[in-house]
Amino acid sequence: MKVKLEKLTKRFPTRGNKNEEVIAVNEFDFEIPDGKLIGLLGPSGCGKSTTLFMLSGLQKPTSGKIFFGDDDVTGLAPEKRGVGLVFQNYALYPHMTVKQNIMFPLQNMHLPKQEIIRRTEEVAQLVQIDELLDRKPSELSGGQQQRVAIARALVKQPRVLLLDEPLSNLDARLRLQTREEIRRIQRETKVTTIFVTHDQEEAMSISDLIVVMKKGVIQQIDEPQKVYDNPVNLFVSKFLGTPPINVFKGKIEDNTLYIGEDKIMKFKADDQEVFVGIRPEGFIVSPKGGLHCQLKNIEVMGRDSSIVSTHPSADSPIIRSIIDSDLKVQPDENGVVTFDVRKNKIFVFKAEGENERIYAEDGGKE
Amino acid sequence: MVDSKKGWKAWLYLAPAIVLLLIFTVWPIINTVRIAFLEGYQPMEAIKGVQYNIGIGNFSDVIAYPKFLDVLKNTLLLTVLTVPISCFLALIIAVFLNSIVKFSKLFQTIYFLPYVTNSIAIGMVFSMMFNIVGHSSVNVAEYTGSLTIYNQFVNDAGQTMGYTAQSWGYINSMLIALGLNPINWINAGSSYTANMAVMVIYIVWNALPFKILILLGGLQSVNKQYYDAAKIDGASRGRVFWRITVPLLSPMIAYVVITGFIGGFKEYSSIVGVFGDTMGPAGSAGKLNTMVGFIYDAMSGNRYGRASAAALILFAIIMAVTLVNLYVSKKRVHY
Repeated sequence: MKVKLEKLTKRFPTRGNKNEEVIAVNEFDFEIPDGKLIGLLGPSGCGKSTTLFMLSGLQKPTSGKIFFGDDDVTGLAPEKRGVGLVFQNYALYPHMTVKQNIMFPLQNMHLPKQEIIRRTEEVAQLVQIDELLDRKPSELSGGQQQRVAIARALVKQPRVLLLDEPLSNLDARLRLQTREEIRRIQRETKVTTIFVTHDQEEAMSISDLIVVMKKGVIQQIDEPQKVYDNPVNLFVSKFLGTPPINVFKGKIEDNTLYIGEDKIMKFKADDQEVFVGIRPEGFIVSPKGGLHCQLKNIEVMGRDSSIVSTHPSADSPIIRSIIDSDLKVQPDENGVVTFDVRKNKIFVFKAEGENERIYAEDGGKE
Repeated sequence: MVDSKKGWKAWLYLAPAIVLLLIFTVWPIINTVRIAFLEGYQPMEAIKGVQYNIGIGNFSDVIAYPKFLDVLKNTLLLTVLTVPISCFLALIIAVFLNSIVKFSKLFQTIYFLPYVTNSIAIGMVFSMMFNIVGHSSVNVAEYTGSLTIYNQFVNDAGQTMGYTAQSWGYINSMLIALGLNPINWINAGSSYTANMAVMVIYIVWNALPFKILILLGGLQSVNKQYYDAAKIDGASRGRVFWRITVPLLSPMIAYVVITGFIGGFKEYSSIVGVFGDTMGPAGSAGKLNTMVGFIYDAMSGNRYGRASAAALILFAIIMAVTLVNLYVSKKRVHY
């Protein structure tokens, strides 16, 4: 089922002051293709959960429209939308067994008993909890509860599956496992799935598309790798990637990009102050390079080494660059390492406003 | 662990409460059991050192007492009628209070008022409301039904100067306004059913606030997400109530039911409130007497043995009912 949001907006009255409003979601416009897995990604307070709850029908939008396929569902109650929702803390009914939890939505649909049992067993097999049907939620681990919650959401064969921070209550190991699981279940059922997360790694690893949000405004929508390789502004570049991107204060002068006094590369654009972002893997140790950093230490992590250094123009206390651990790093007598940069791993942003990306006028060719 | 050398300190701090409990709770309980099994116990003789035989004479005395079965019937009937009604009403009201936003504090206060009012005072108000005569704006001068009461005005020479109709009690006024016949609720010659109806209404009304308070507290601690989940799952309001609210609230419901039964078996002051300490309408004293009333009567008649035996019988009944309650709740309550 294709999902379309049209100028979707949600305003909340401010606590204590009814005349003031907070805009949680500001004129969202986007279309989710059928059968895809979409990650809504952003820091807390960016409106991603509000968007999800508006999709589910639990919250009413202030203005704008929601379409499932060609149906306008904006005014429909949650139960009439045909959505499955997995809550952040699962909200499994504690007094019902796993089986009763999964059967509950079907019983509300007044299906024949045999159909209910058939579908319950089917979905239990899909999420691999058929052994646990007679247990109570309190007797399950976090990962098992998560599966039950997904089963309960899927059993009524929803048009859209919504997941609110599906992995945030799981420990690190289970998180990896469960996200693969969600991916598998989504592929098998082909149900259009929208999930909310603040964890960029999680969003990157399983989504077909990610929607990066900030303070109620969509920043960028694209495939994860494309967003990573081609962030539209400083916020997006900082939000994606571990270790995070290194940000420097710099300038463009005479079609040349400088970080502090270090001349980095040719960059055809108007003279101005800029922010420069360099991905950790964008550094090349090279005596011919232009970026001079003070070496602090080198962390060897097996496959890679992480060079921790400082630079007076850096926006953060340290710069972290990742290089192949076979390479020897030899600082000079003052402890300075010199880097060259990969041109596809360096991004230039305006120093003001929304810090939009500046593209070289010649497309980066020298 | 507490340092054992400091143990005396703990006992010191506990001492005031323990001493009071020993004197006013533990010893009276033990003494009740002791007296219940002493044949023909008389307190004034006991002080003089008279020894009594041990036996179950007091119990057979209680059971053989002509009014005992009536008392037992009154107590059981009041309990069985009021506990389910008050629990169910309290649940409905609590759900209603929990779901409204506007005026919820106002309504909470209104429903809580009976709790902070003296039950004898409320009983007196009820006895006014259910009286045959009382104050009302309904003029019944025209009314010719069997229960109309006229005040006759007679002059010094013995001639009748005229009649004024007395108006009805509030409840009867309403019945008349609705075109129904007034009922003799609690006055002389009133029926047992009418008496019971008044008591059930009074006790239910009086028992509501505490139950509402407990259930409302329980409702407010239920995670709202279960209701959101039920909405997504397409559950109707009735199903949400029976399949989500009631089970999640079941520990509180069990608490309210169990304490309700215990309170019901101890019913006494409400009847004093409505009927006075004769425990019945004028002319039929003791008609609505309860177990606790029976115990008081025996005490005031210096029949300590009978009172103690009756107290133990009441204790056994409450114990048995509570055990049944606990057994049922073990199966039906979801903690």
